[in-house]
Amino acid sequence: MNDGVLALVVVTALAFDFTNGFHDTGNAMATSIATGALPPKVAVALSGALNLVGAFLSLSVAATIASGLVNTGDVTLTVVFAGLVGGITWNLLTWFFGIPSSSSHALIGGVIGSTIAAAGSGGVKWHGVVSKVIIPAGLSPIIAALIATVGTYLIYRLSRSVPDGTRNHGFRIGQIGSASLVSLAHGTNDAQKTMGIITLALIANGTLHAGAEAPTWVIISCAIAISAGTYLGGWRVIRTLGKGLVEIDSPQGMAAESSSAATILLSSHFGYSLSTTHVATGSILGTGLGRRGAEVRWSVAGRMATAWLLTLPAAGLVGAACYGIAAGIGGTAGVAVVFVVLVLACVALYWQARKTPVSHHNVNEEWDGGLVPADTREPVAA
Amino acid sequence: MNSWIDLDALWKIVVLGLVAGAGLPALFAVGLHAISLSGREGAATTDATGDDARIIGSNPVGIAAGALCFAIVLAGIGWGIYSVVAGT
Repeated sequence: MNDGVLALVVVTALAFDFTNGFHDTGNAMATSIATGALPPKVAVALSGALNLVGAFLSLSVAATIASGLVNTGDVTLTVVFAGLVGGITWNLLTWFFGIPSSSSHALIGGVIGSTIAAAGSGGVKWHGVVSKVIIPAGLSPIIAALIATVGTYLIYRLSRSVPDGTRNHGFRIGQIGSASLVSLAHGTNDAQKTMGIITLALIANGTLHAGAEAPTWVIISCAIAISAGTYLGGWRVIRTLGKGLVEIDSPQGMAAESSSAATILLSSHFGYSLSTTHVATGSILGTGLGRRGAEVRWSVAGRMATAWLLTLPAAGLVGAACYGIAAGIGGTAGVAVVFVVLVLACVALYWQARKTPVSHHNVNEEWDGGLVPADTREPVAA
Repeated sequence: MNSWIDLDALWKIVVLGLVAGAGLPALFAVGLHAISLSGREGAATTDATGDDARIIGSNPVGIAAGALCFAIVLAGIGWGIYSVVAGT
């Protein structure tokens, strides 16, 4: 009876994985694109490929992104579905405005919202939400910024007397290496979240028994979805991170990506889940602080911070509303209606974005105070 | 141990993060410096415009020291990838 709903949940989860990919391309590749270490198209292709590899590297797939955050007994297929819709909606909106925001937070916010709508606020483990989500979110950019600041300062100090030819060449290679590591880590962490969600849905539906491993088709489809999304490239977010926040030079790019890679890998090693986006943004900010005379655009940083504060409640509201609509109509029809609305909203936003495109053609234009370069007034063909 | 903040994990992330995330790139910069050193006859080969196409200097000790630095950096990256694969 629930097979129709299950299919829609799986499709929606893969769609979320896809938005997760293109929303987060910038975390790894924005600095390499901004400094010209890699041509934009090559950068997203490399990042996509490494995300694919990374997704297959994750050996232990936890079926429980929601564990410790909500009472898993309250999680039904419709709750998962509504949560995913909340996450996708927030990802697309922030992409449209070129704001890097955490895809994990969007998903968690959506699931919390739909759980509250389904089971009341008693269904949420608030202590877990604060200690596992909110406090790490506040700390991660600070840690990453600190490391990147120190790294940038040391790099500039130690390479002062290196000839420019060696310097540019060397740091570009270093930058590509460190950015690749971030891409790999991203594939491992973030593809796993969607694998977990789909596995959770399969368990909730009774298709899999509780505690089952993620089936192979789930791993393969999630890996492909996140990698395809990454290859598409969220150019709007890349532009904000690479050009908007700080003007970046190759040594800074390498410092930023090294800091991101180290922080992400260490935090997952010690079981402290930090958002890739928060870490990457903090790192880039840090490279601006560590280099004398570099300009940090605090207004852009402030806009991001505001979006981060809004992520959980906003995705939660959408998740709750979607649950309300789906459950109100009831059954497969309710889920299908919300799904159609989501598709229409995505198409509408896509057309809106086409009017002021940011792509690999203009991603590196001078930052003149706005996301869309001033000379992009007419939509470019194709 | 605090139930709100995992301080134990936190300080390890900060300290090891500084070593790996800032120390390794700094070592990379030292390596670049070392390989670019010129030999005995080496007057400055770059002018202010810095458009010297030459990447590697002519000092064998410097090149060896640089190679050692890069090897340590690569080992660090290798450990990073290993920790991803091991899924810890």
